[in-house]
Amino acid sequence: MERFHHAEANYDIEESDVFLSGHHACPGCGEALAVRYVINTMGPRTIAIVPPSCIAIIAGLQPNSSMRVPIVHGTLESSAASAAGVRRALNHQRKHDVNVLVMAGDGGTYDIGFQALSGAAERNEDMVYVCLDNEGYMNTGAQKSGSTPHLASTASTPGGKTTGKKNIAEIMAAHRIPYVATATIGYPDDLARKVAKARDLKGMRFIVVLTPCLDGWGLPENGAVRVSRLAVETGFFPLFEVEDGVRYTINHGPRGMPVQRYLEAQKRFRHLEAEQKERLQAEVDEAWALLRARVECGALPAATGDSGDGFPGR
Amino acid sequence: MLLTGNHAVAYGVMLARPAVVPVYPITPQTPILEKISDLQLAGEFAVDLMTAESEHSAMSACITASLTGVRVFTATASQGLMLMHEMLHFASGARAPIVMVNVNRTVSSPWGFWPDQTDSLSQRDTGWIQYYTESGQESLDTVIQAFKVAEQVLLPVMVVHEAFYISHALEPVTVPAQDVVDAYLPPFDPAVRLDPGLGRSWGNPVNQDLYFRFRQAVGEAMDRVPGLALQADAEYEKMFGRGYEIVERYRMEGAEIAIVAFGSMVGTARVAVDALREAGISAGLVKLKLFRPFPIGEVRAAVAGVPKLVVMERNFSPGAGGILHQELKATVCGMEDPPKVHGYLAGVGGVNVSPAKIEALVRRALEEEPVPQSVWQR
Ligand SMILES: Cc1ncc(C[n+]2csc(CCOP(=O)(O)OP(=O)(O)O)c2C)c(N)n1
Ligand code: SF4
Ligand SMILES: [Mg+2]
Repeated sequence: MERFHHAEANYDIEESDVFLSGHHACPGCGEALAVRYVINTMGPRTIAIVPPSCIAIIAGLQPNSSMRVPIVHGTLESSAASAAGVRRALNHQRKHDVNVLVMAGDGGTYDIGFQALSGAAERNEDMVYVCLDNEGYMNTGAQKSGSTPHLASTASTPGGKTTGKKNIAEIMAAHRIPYVATATIGYPDDLARKVAKARDLKGMRFIVVLTPCLDGWGLPENGAVRVSRLAVETGFFPLFEVEDGVRYTINHGPRGMPVQRYLEAQKRFRHLEAEQKERLQAEVDEAWALLRARVECGALPAATGDSGDGFPGR
Repeated sequence: MLLTGNHAVAYGVMLARPAVVPVYPITPQTPILEKISDLQLAGEFAVDLMTAESEHSAMSACITASLTGVRVFTATASQGLMLMHEMLHFASGARAPIVMVNVNRTVSSPWGFWPDQTDSLSQRDTGWIQYYTESGQESLDTVIQAFKVAEQVLLPVMVVHEAFYISHALEPVTVPAQDVVDAYLPPFDPAVRLDPGLGRSWGNPVNQDLYFRFRQAVGEAMDRVPGLALQADAEYEKMFGRGYEIVERYRMEGAEIAIVAFGSMVGTARVAVDALREAGISAGLVKLKLFRPFPIGEVRAAVAGVPKLVVMERNFSPGAGGILHQELKATVCGMEDPPKVHGYLAGVGGVNVSPAKIEALVRRALEEEPVPQSVWQR
């Protein structure tokens, strides 16, 4: 297992004071913690796009704002296109030092916002797109999304979701964009390092951050970080990076802990039968094997080099 | 130059110097996009052309680029405009002075590619200023004027011309000189914009009272438009020798009946009015160039004392009838001795409305009493 473990032992998180206290998230919210590391790492020379989601509530109601940067609260499906508009205008004004950031939920990313995201990735638009993934439409009362895991109970799938979670990281990697990463709040140094790395690259950079939701997942107020770590340690949500769509690096993966430990920590899985839990364990094992195979593939010599147009591997 | 209406638009856009043009192809708008691409490739037009993956994204990018403080343009038609609908409201609420050309085309279903104004008219409540033009030359000139008006009131503008009759018809067009356009249209440099140095945001949720006040502010900006549009047109006429007003009166002296029209129908109606006058019927024509905000004062002044008005519609709102017919009935209501308003659904779906047909409908309107509904008339 250790051979996939490339994370820097000690990344020093450098936090600017862009994110302020006194926002409107539920106390203990995993998403708010992610917002803190993301926006504080991006820094004050940033313009952020935030669609309707719990993030928008965290950002604040007019005339208040929890973030010391300009924010466009756009529409649910347009974040990537909105960010592209800001970027292109900034380029015209020669403000190349200003970062353009999207912070969108899983609904705004996997589902309704996916077309704009895929289009922006195909055009290799210059932005950092962070999906704060709480695996459901929490702002509207915890309905299922394309990110909700198989068999999880939500307000619109009370008997458990019958289909699986989209693998958004692989979907984005398949666009061959410069950088894709998964991260979660239980590993803040890994999260902040990835945001800093994305910030300093050019082109489309995409990070999906697993952010446990107290209400939607059925967690106690102090449960978000613990469940975030369990997600990684059981293999439910491995942490990895993909450069140029092909070079995979695993940062943190399962440590032999049964998936059962992750499931029993959340009310959204408490209806599961033993046989369903076994099925989920098998799915996690299979996904992990596939991910490891991708790491091996990425180690093969690249078929094509940099085409020189800023879009590698074309 | 001999240009199609759409190519005339592309030249007008180039002269206005937008920085960013996010756009998505759709018949019959596509020649605008293609001509802009050609001008860009030829090195004549330095513009960031964003080949968006949909009209919804094109409009989303227009809004944020505009809010970041640069001039933006886009163009669309029919289904593309329908897909933008959510963002059209967002744009006017955000006070983004975008200029967009919409080429009127029938809305599905069933599918069709014909001139019909229902696409843009159904967006009349989105907070966009709407101009309707009669020729490619007028479209070119109006695009330049539109930026001037938009940037004064911080509202988006739709310049609308019809499929094929105008978009694809070749006509001689005068393309103004760049330095004169630069003198007419100063660079867009708004004080309030998205900038980490300023820290201003847009869009986060408001309470009822703030929402009320934002809407009221949009309304007040709209109210300034007729005056500013007239001023922009007068200045344009002085510098370029062509002016259009916002409501034009054609042969209205002593008119016993007036056709009220907009878009390509205006050109046809001019011929019909000439023929009717020749035949001894004192018919006139009121051309509506500005449709949103609806220039009530100017229209009332134009039709005061005229006993009858007649509208030939190239649009249809099921359950309500012709849209111009409704607007006119509301406009004359409360006038002293208001004109009677006849509405005929004559050109819906792009059905040809010839001068002879207009003449016949005017004669028919003179004979009959109007009914409240718009009447189907093929
Ligand atoms: C076009 C449109 N449809 C529906 C909504 C209602 N809506 C607001 S937020 C939301 C769900 C957002 O879910 P997600 O992106 O996962 O963010 P979260 O609330 O979970 O943070 C929905 C459906 C909307 N704002 N716009
Ligand atoms: S509902 Fe969930 S995601 Fe939203 S603020 Fe509360 S804990 Fe956070
Ligand atoms: Mg969510």
